[in-house]
Amino acid sequence: MMATPLVVSEVAKSFVMHLRGGLTLPVVEDVSFALTAGRCAVLGGPSGAGKSSILKMLYGNYGVDSGQIIVQHRGALVDLARAAPRVVLSVRRETIGYVSQFLRTVPRVTALDVVAEPLTAAGVDRDEARERAAALLARLNLPKTLWSLPPATFSGGEQQRINIARGFITRHPILLLDEPTASLDAMNRQVVIDLIAEKKQAGVALLGIFHDQDVREAVADTIVDVTRFAPKRVAA
Amino acid sequence: MSSPADTRPDDQPLLRVSSVSKSYGARTGCTDVSFELWPGEVLAVVGESGSGKTTLLNCISSRLLPTSGSVSYRMRDGSWRELYRMSEAERRFLMRTDWGFVHQNPADGLRMTVSAGANVGERLMAIGDRHYGNIRSTAIDWLGRVEIGSDRIDDEPRAFSGGMRQRLQIARNLVTSPRLVFMDEPTGGLDVSVQARLLDLLRGLVADLGLAAIVVTHDLAVARLLSHRMMVMKDGRVIETGLTDRVLDDPREAYTQLLVSSILQV
Amino acid sequence: MSDIATYNFAYLDEQTKRMIRRAILKGIAIPGYQVPFASREMPMPYGWGTGGVQVTASIIGPEDVLKVIDQGADDTTNAVSIRAFFRKVAKVETTTETAKASIIQTRHRIPEHPLREGQTLVYQVPIPEPLRFLEPRETETRKMHALEEYGLMHVKLYEDIARNGHIATTYAYPVKVEGRYVMDPSPTPKFDNPKMHMSAALQLFGAGREQRIYAIPPHTNVVSLDFEDHPFEVQTFDRPCALCGAEQVYLDEVILDDRGGRMFVCSDTDFCETRRAAGHVGELGAATQRPEEVR
Repeated sequence: MMATPLVVSEVAKSFVMHLRGGLTLPVVEDVSFALTAGRCAVLGGPSGAGKSSILKMLYGNYGVDSGQIIVQHRGALVDLARAAPRVVLSVRRETIGYVSQFLRTVPRVTALDVVAEPLTAAGVDRDEARERAAALLARLNLPKTLWSLPPATFSGGEQQRINIARGFITRHPILLLDEPTASLDAMNRQVVIDLIAEKKQAGVALLGIFHDQDVREAVADTIVDVTRFAPKRVAA
Repeated sequence: MSSPADTRPDDQPLLRVSSVSKSYGARTGCTDVSFELWPGEVLAVVGESGSGKTTLLNCISSRLLPTSGSVSYRMRDGSWRELYRMSEAERRFLMRTDWGFVHQNPADGLRMTVSAGANVGERLMAIGDRHYGNIRSTAIDWLGRVEIGSDRIDDEPRAFSGGMRQRLQIARNLVTSPRLVFMDEPTGGLDVSVQARLLDLLRGLVADLGLAAIVVTHDLAVARLLSHRMMVMKDGRVIETGLTDRVLDDPREAYTQLLVSSILQV
Repeated sequence: MSDIATYNFAYLDEQTKRMIRRAILKGIAIPGYQVPFASREMPMPYGWGTGGVQVTASIIGPEDVLKVIDQGADDTTNAVSIRAFFRKVAKVETTTETAKASIIQTRHRIPEHPLREGQTLVYQVPIPEPLRFLEPRETETRKMHALEEYGLMHVKLYEDIARNGHIATTYAYPVKVEGRYVMDPSPTPKFDNPKMHMSAALQLFGAGREQRIYAIPPHTNVVSLDFEDHPFEVQTFDRPCALCGAEQVYLDEVILDDRGGRMFVCSDTDFCETRRAAGHVGELGAATQRPEEVR
């Protein structure tokens, strides 16, 4: 496994708000850093500094104005900033996992199947995928009665645990975490810390945003200070 | 379960649309649309009324001759054929075997006066299946997959609800294992709960069968749920295209931003 | 007083006959294909055999011998009037004997006696399009024939089996001609379908109201459509003709009295009489006579 599975190089992004008369809002500039296998990097900085945007760019969810995001995928190097949609989807299926802040629910799909989906999409047998999903949900203390229900009506904390399970269930070499413990109690925060430690053991490179200081200190190996990437020009 | 679509960059696309334009005298239907579609990819074409999305769909699915441009399809044997250079017989055969078309109004895509089983079995009979028992059991299997009870196999679609008719239309199209399915507002006109069921069904079938699909819709939620890629059209042109969640979460063009911000929150 | 109106031979003018003969030739060249033709106003209403009459009128010559049957019988109204019509306008010899006729015009049956080379069978056809009741659009059915898209024909048979457990179509049973065109044989019972296959005679079909002519040349392959697991079967009758004892022929049911008495006799009247003349006697043959005399 490559030591630096993901390298970000001179990435810049701004939003052009056409509905506000074309107002340009620069977000970040000259973003450069690399992830290391088996280590967890944390994006640090105040609210609004662009932490979430950086994470989303690394997942292909946000577009990039300039720069490169090089990821090792299937033995070759792919620039996510320029890749075709089907390549981005392939990277998501096999290489980069993501724990998002909000769960987008699909009608009729049960919590168990939501968690199992990243495995079934990668070709794993449905029964095996469901077993692994069940194991993770049990570990995250999600009541078994909820497993066969669609998560649309779950509480914030319950939905977040689904997101976490869905993100951690695969063996992707890179994992992005967007505030994974925001709505959890102490017991479940500890479960997440343990899960992150296990991923590090397995050689996974992690990048996360953690609001909670205790969790941050427990898992962070490096801090990437996002204020370094603040745009030089002000909003115009 | 079949394996998911192979998205290695060196795989060949399934459909190539080059500079397709359709005009009606001075009026433009669609202008200069080009894109490629890969196996297993679902492309949503979104836009409001008059955007040209339905005209485009008809041009690329052999239902409407474009004014200019070409549409090429990779056949099962790997050869590339230009759609409008084929004979009508070949095009019609393609429409019945390798392709599917799901109409917005299911009555347009069904034979309302023959039974559900016959509707599903017709394509099989059209390609030469001559064993009644096999045709019937295939029909029962497909009705099950679209969640229609096998006890309805001899009922006519006239007796079905809108959602059931739409599911029957889907079964009718998929029975010959097409590789590419065109859908024109597949959930339009259905009740919300019925839509949800249909979308989930479509999602599952598309994934299980590795279907490529082009879905025309004005509903961005449908696009998000079903599609990998999205094309936004306005006044006959494609104004933005890309990964679906990227276009919806980080829209770049003014019109796309307008569309996304116009969705009512529930 | 002399006749103010005189008719051309066989009623139709020569140009019309040419037009119809051209259509017939096209039909023979493309077996089973429906050729449109400009149907003329005939002195009988639509639904009374105008198509058949026009075909016969175009091919009949002074040396021909004409037989006309309706549901197998020479003595029913339709057959009697048409025979009289041609006697008047063509002055041809007419007959009830199948073996003697050179042209046989028929409504809804094929004679039991096998036809030979040189004979022509002219069928009266109401609806020539076999797909009509499934696909009402003429534009669509023409395309289906042109592109050999006959899945819909099997849909009809499928529906029969789904509804009735077996193919319930008993007349106008669709056939495939020379492995290419699907054709409606006119409302003859499916019992007669095998007779169309490899017949030594020329078979012509005329639909006057729908304005179509089609043909099966002699010795042509004609196969009834079916499913592998529901093969085509003819009707069987569990008893012979009550008058002449013939077996494996198409029988009509004749009500004898108002107490439920009935007998089953040959639908083909000439066939029955020929057998009785040769000495065959059925169960009721000695005691009963056919109600009408043949003129």
